[in-house]
Parts: sequence; structure tokens; C-alpha cells
Amino acid sequence: MTLKLGIFYFLAAFTLWAAAVVVLGKNIVRSAVALIFGFCGMAALYVLLDAEFLAAVQVLIYVGGITILLLFAIMLTSRIGVTTARVVNDQVILSAIAAIGLLVGLIYASTSGIPAMSGPPRLPETAPFLGRALLTTYALPFEAVSVLLLAAMVGAIVLARKE
Amino acid sequence: MIPLSHYLILGGIIFSLGVFGALTRRNAIAILMSIELMLNAVNLNFIAFARYLPQTMLQGQVFAIFVIAVAAAEAAVGLAIVLGLYRNFKTVNVDEINLMKW
Repeated sequence: MTLKLGIFYFLAAFTLWAAAVVVLGKNIVRSAVALIFGFCGMAALYVLLDAEFLAAVQVLIYVGGITILLLFAIMLTSRIGVTTARVVNDQVILSAIAAIGLLVGLIYASTSGIPAMSGPPRLPETAPFLGRALLTTYALPFEAVSVLLLAAMVGAIVLARKE
Repeated sequence: MIPLSHYLILGGIIFSLGVFGALTRRNAIAILMSIELMLNAVNLNFIAFARYLPQTMLQGQVFAIFVIAVAAAEAAVGLAIVLGLYRNFKTVNVDEINLMKW
């Protein structure tokens, strides 16, 4: 049990470090690479929460798809290796106050609003359960998301195409 | 067993970092990355609740799948918009793009 807690703290520190580099880093490429590490840490946390299928999906879609897309966009829009002098705009102080206020509220709600729960015994397999749920109970949202993805794909092609 | 509040606090910290980045970064792609961080923090909370709540229908994991799908759509369209911005303005710094501000 204490080993699991130690693993959690290690993964949490790793993910937080990566997220901090993403948000505060001066070099945009370095931010994108830190985002890959952050997504991997998040996938490991999903494994710790007995969600193996979602961990695999996280690695496939975020690490393999979205970050590659982001890196392509970075290479198309900025000079690599250039660290701009100013990476933040003029609203830093206001934004920091808003973010810290939100953080305090979230921590207060997480620690005081929720009773201690030990959790049910773990499911043996989550992927077959999720597949069945997606095609029976959640069939309509599943189809709606499919249409949304198609529309987004067509929209992205139309927006990115040269006239 | 790790207490549920640990996961919720971790998700809260990452979400707040994402909010700070989305509000302050000048590069539009960095703003998109901050939004992805926020969506990931929400996913972590969904999966934590799916694990700890005393029913095992896994609604949280199903919802996390939908969040991932919408995040992928958002990233594709957002990056296409960034490329369009770069083509028209030769910059992706959002505070230099003030066409609709006077």
C-alpha cells in the first residue's frame, strides 16, 4: 500500500513538472516535448486507477496524434530554436490571481466536500465492458461524436487548404 | 489505497496551471497546449471518480473517451485556424492580432 502511494507521488511530481514546463517554458518546442512527458505520466496514473484501456488510448491519441500535430504546426509557424523575449502577455498578474483563486477553491472542494471512499473491488477487465457500453447504452452519443469528428476533419482540411 | 482527494488535488493543480497558461501565453499553439492540459486534468478526475464511486458502471471512463474524442477534434480545428492566422498575419502571437479590436 505504501509502495502504491510512493508510485503515485512520483508520477504526480513527474506530471506536475511536465505541466509546469509546458505552461512556463520559454521555448515552444521544449513545451511541446514536455507535453509528451506529461501525457505519458497521465497515462501511468490511469494505469494506477485500473483504467488500462484508457491509458492505451491516451498514449495512442495524445502522444501519437495530438503532440505530433502540434509539433507540425510549430514547425510551420515559427523558427525553431528561437526563444522569444516575452512569452506571456500583459495580463500575467490578473491571470495568476484568477488561477490561484481557482486552485484554492478546487483544493477546498476536493478535501472537504467529498467523503472518504475506499472504492469497490476492481473490475477484472474494463475494455470489453467499455465496448459493450459504447454500443448499447451510449450508442447515440457515440454516433454524435463520430459525426463531430467527421465535421472537424472536413473543417480542418477546408481551413488549412490554400485558396 | 490512495485517497480519492489526492487525485482530485492533482487534477486541480494541473487544471489551474492550464488556466494560467491559456490566459497568459502569447503563442496560439501554447494556448492550445494549455487547453489540452486542462482537458487531461478533467479526464483524470473522471477516471478517479469512476474508480472510487460505489457503482461499477464505468460512466466516468465512458465520458473520458468522449472528452478525448472532442479534444482531438478541437486540436485539429484549432491548429488549422492557427495555420490560417499565420498565413494572413505572419505571426501566431495572439496579442499582435487585433483586427477586430479598435
